Amino acid sequence: MKKILILGGGTGGTIMCNKLRNVLDREEWDITVVDQFKTHYYQPGFLFIPFGIYNKNDVIKPKSDFFPPGVNVIYSKIELIEGEKNQVKLANGQILKYDYMIIATGTETSPDETPGLKDKLWYKEIFDFYTIEGALALREFFKTWEGGKLVLNIAELPFKCPVAPLEFVFLADAYFHGLGMRDKVDITYVTPLPGAFTKPRATKMLSGLMEEKNIKVIPEFYLEHVDNDAKKIVSYDGQEVPFDVLTIIPVNKGNDVMERSGLGDDLNFVPTDKYTLRSEKFENVFVLGDAANLPTSKAGAVVHFGAEVLFENLMSAIEGRPLLAKFDGHANCYIETGFGKGSIIDFNYDTEPLPGSFPLPGVGPFGLLQNTRFNHYGKVIFRWVYWHILLRGKEMPISNEMSMAGKKL
Amino acid sequence: MATKNIAGVNVDVNEEGYLTDPSQWTKEVAAEIAKEEGIELTDKHFEVLNYLRDENEKGNVLTIRKVGKSGITDIKGLYTLFPGGPLKKSSKIAGIPKPTSCV
Ligand SMILES: Cc1cc2nc3c(=O)[nH]c(=O)nc-3n(C[C@H](O)[C@H](O)[C@H](O)COP(=O)(O)OP(=O)(O)OC[C@H]3O[C@@H](n4cnc5c(N)ncnc54)[C@H](O)[C@@H]3O)c2cc1C
Repeated sequence: MKKILILGGGTGGTIMCNKLRNVLDREEWDITVVDQFKTHYYQPGFLFIPFGIYNKNDVIKPKSDFFPPGVNVIYSKIELIEGEKNQVKLANGQILKYDYMIIATGTETSPDETPGLKDKLWYKEIFDFYTIEGALALREFFKTWEGGKLVLNIAELPFKCPVAPLEFVFLADAYFHGLGMRDKVDITYVTPLPGAFTKPRATKMLSGLMEEKNIKVIPEFYLEHVDNDAKKIVSYDGQEVPFDVLTIIPVNKGNDVMERSGLGDDLNFVPTDKYTLRSEKFENVFVLGDAANLPTSKAGAVVHFGAEVLFENLMSAIEGRPLLAKFDGHANCYIETGFGKGSIIDFNYDTEPLPGSFPLPGVGPFGLLQNTRFNHYGKVIFRWVYWHILLRGKEMPISNEMSMAGKKL
Repeated sequence: MATKNIAGVNVDVNEEGYLTDPSQWTKEVAAEIAKEEGIELTDKHFEVLNYLRDENEKGNVLTIRKVGKSGITDIKGLYTLFPGGPLKKSSKIAGIPKPTSCV
């Protein structure tokens, strides 16, 4: 019996379980997935929790609902990856051997990387919304908050779902409007980037929205520490921004098993060939999703597109053929902009987000780089698509390669 | 792209003044670009520049945090050496492409 081992049963690991079990002969191939948690979190939903749009039950389901029959599922922490020996050690003492392995351990927040962040104000006046705990704590805080300075800060690049912090401030604007207290809330967006976003045209469009909504942007701010007593964030070059409530995107890192196993870069992301998605260190190891050091967004949509390429290349590797499928870094993000509207951006390694219509050229129904009501429904529908189509590894009506059709240069 | 004469050497630069071919770089070129940025280069600066050039040649993506962990200087030190946008400035002086942050 030959063995495929999948590390991490989040978005990417679950998709691969479904894709592989569908095609690989059960008499010949053993598929095992390992994850530390039994709950699958719909992470894009965390964004809506602080504003009372979703609650906890909207974003959690048992992982076991999504693994197909015929896959071995082990719930345990992964302790060590020993690539030279083709084996992995688990916290429960098990040693798992493999012929091929897929690493899909994602990325997580590391508030400990920033002095003063996880201190006396943590979850009192400083919150993250990248974890279920943080999102729920912020929900409680907002229920009784009477206004003041709301500061959002991004601590380090890269971080997953690069549009989520923007969406957060747009939704905050709408939320406080709805409560009739927008005039009492001062919203500031503090980022290490040179502007609201990286890519020029998207930045232009998003900066316009920021201005329209009276959200102040402070660019080129690289967080050094948080001063809990004076309630301000301080950058390496001495800039200071005071806050009454701070929403932080902490440093994002790969799981520390990469550090223990000597498989990660300085932020524990796994060096990966950006086209084939194969590990740069081991021929029989592939890397999917946020865990990889790819120069594209860390997002569920990217995981989905990457999964198609990884699947083809893994099949080729198994059959001894060259790896011909090439990932182009395709990313596609819905941006919630508040008041029932949304925007959408579509880009890859080489092409920045451009205006146009998507996915059908000239027709849409989604408007790229435009702020429309229909785009908002895209985001709403995404949750359904995520649970019912994406995780199950089914075909979506969007190509994994980015298309230039419908885009305006 | 344009050709520019820096410190007596003809180098190819992009619109923002970054060298497009790192092999055209010399210490004198570095000193001249640094002067334009208002920086007087010391040995410490050159240690950072050489590190950046090595990493770039190996195809590694550079971040401020990474340079801060290089053992040459910490992040604060980097800001002192190259005030205001330390990675962008040091990359320009090191003759390597402008760092792109991908999100
Ligand atoms: C607030 C927020 C909003 C977002 N919005 C969007 C959006 O609108 N659109 C979009 O496309 N994406 C969005 N994303 C991003 C998306 O959720 C992720 O990019 C995607 O889930 C990544 O999938 P993955 O498989 O790489 O990692 P994950 O789904 O995070 O899975 C990693 C799994 O590995 C497990 N694991 C890690 N280390 C170990 C270990 N040592 N032992 C055992 N198990 C381990 C974890 O428990 C986890 O289950 C958002 C994310 C956040 C936080």
